[in-house]
Amino acid sequence: MNQHEQFAEDLALYALDALEGEDRARLEQHLASCSECRVELEHLRGDGALLALSTVGPKPPARARQRLLDAMAKEAQSESRARAAADTTRPHKSWWGWLGWAATAAVLVLAASLWKENSILQANLASLGSRASENVRELEELRRITAPLTASEAQHITLVAVKTPPQPQGKAFYLRNRASLVFMANNMPPLPPQKAYELWLLPAPGGAPIPAGVFKPDAHGSATVVNPPLPANTEAKAFAITVENEAGASSPTMPIVMMGTGE
Amino acid sequence: MSSSERQAISPDLATVTAMKSGDQSAMAELYDRYSSVVYAVALRVLGDTGAAEDVLQEVFLQLWRNPGAFDAARGSLGAWLAVIARNRAIDSLRKRRPETEIDDVIVSVAPDLASDADRSRAAQKIRVMLGEMPTAQRSALELAYFEGMSHSEIATKTGEPLGTIKTRIRAGLTALRKAFQT
Repeated sequence: MNQHEQFAEDLALYALDALEGEDRARLEQHLASCSECRVELEHLRGDGALLALSTVGPKPPARARQRLLDAMAKEAQSESRARAAADTTRPHKSWWGWLGWAATAAVLVLAASLWKENSILQANLASLGSRASENVRELEELRRITAPLTASEAQHITLVAVKTPPQPQGKAFYLRNRASLVFMANNMPPLPPQKAYELWLLPAPGGAPIPAGVFKPDAHGSATVVNPPLPANTEAKAFAITVENEAGASSPTMPIVMMGTGE
Repeated sequence: MSSSERQAISPDLATVTAMKSGDQSAMAELYDRYSSVVYAVALRVLGDTGAAEDVLQEVFLQLWRNPGAFDAARGSLGAWLAVIARNRAIDSLRKRRPETEIDDVIVSVAPDLASDADRSRAAQKIRVMLGEMPTAQRSALELAYFEGMSHSEIATKTGEPLGTIKTRIRAGLTALRKAFQT
């Protein structure tokens, strides 16, 4: 497949943390919407791990073992450990319910926006001292929140009224002042090989629809688009989806297959 | 996953599950099983026993604090720890804040390498294969992996074009994968 072949070498470099600059940014944007490449990335990381596993060296000093056990014992009663254990056993169901959709959406989009700003933050962290490590913890937490939306292994479940077959569905979370967009789709019909869906932002003041990401559904009909480049501060009247060629288009090809206005 | 693969994984799976529910002796067992891999990688990158020991502590403490970061169903804990160790060591080498959080690192290596025998067989096979690899290819891989160089830094250091470095690294990883799978 042409698009993936072009990324194959970059993926290998990325797996070894050796890819930088524009190439890296381009690949990360591709990875956000391509589960096939994310899976290949895992395998490439595994290949890299083989390099690590083949390393020979002396055994660590015996004192290191006791040092670790002492550090663990000190932490055994700590709050952070209890929280981490709770994270692995119980998903944040009550948290979602308490916040409600609207607030959750705002937090998710803010999280995605913070994620985008992560690379800038990382550079500034060194000079920010303890405030920096707080930001990193918050980012960790927020990235953990967004992981179920975009991880290839996450389950996507659509709930409909009983006895109704699931319909194609899309949900867009848009924060205008940060030009941040998180979009999730379920039950999208598969497309022929050279085609893709394209998301469009229809600006409130009128004018041409703005491209907001090209995506292909995975085997389950799910897709996500995270933070496509968008012009700043554009009020959205609606979002729409059309079918385009794989590379995307700069203006929509009729017909519109899905559309939605704000809630 | 076949039942034989499941059996191969089960020595780690049971211990990891116990560790995740706060069992310190399970954690000690994982340390005994994998500390030499982690230390060896850190030492290879850093060349300093004190710094390597610090990375060793950090990697296992991170796992202890955040056990949900590793998913035993995805494959080898050893491979995962090796990658984390390498990343942390490179961060330390480059004196930078961690660039990837451990929750983001998913590593697929098949089959599992839980037993010492499996691991030393695999390590030996890979070392032989690395020895037979064209020098320029192995060198590019090692500069990227153990010295944390970017593709442009490697190109500058070797005087080779960027495109050549990219191709070499990809070819090197492909060769590693093939050697490991046969």
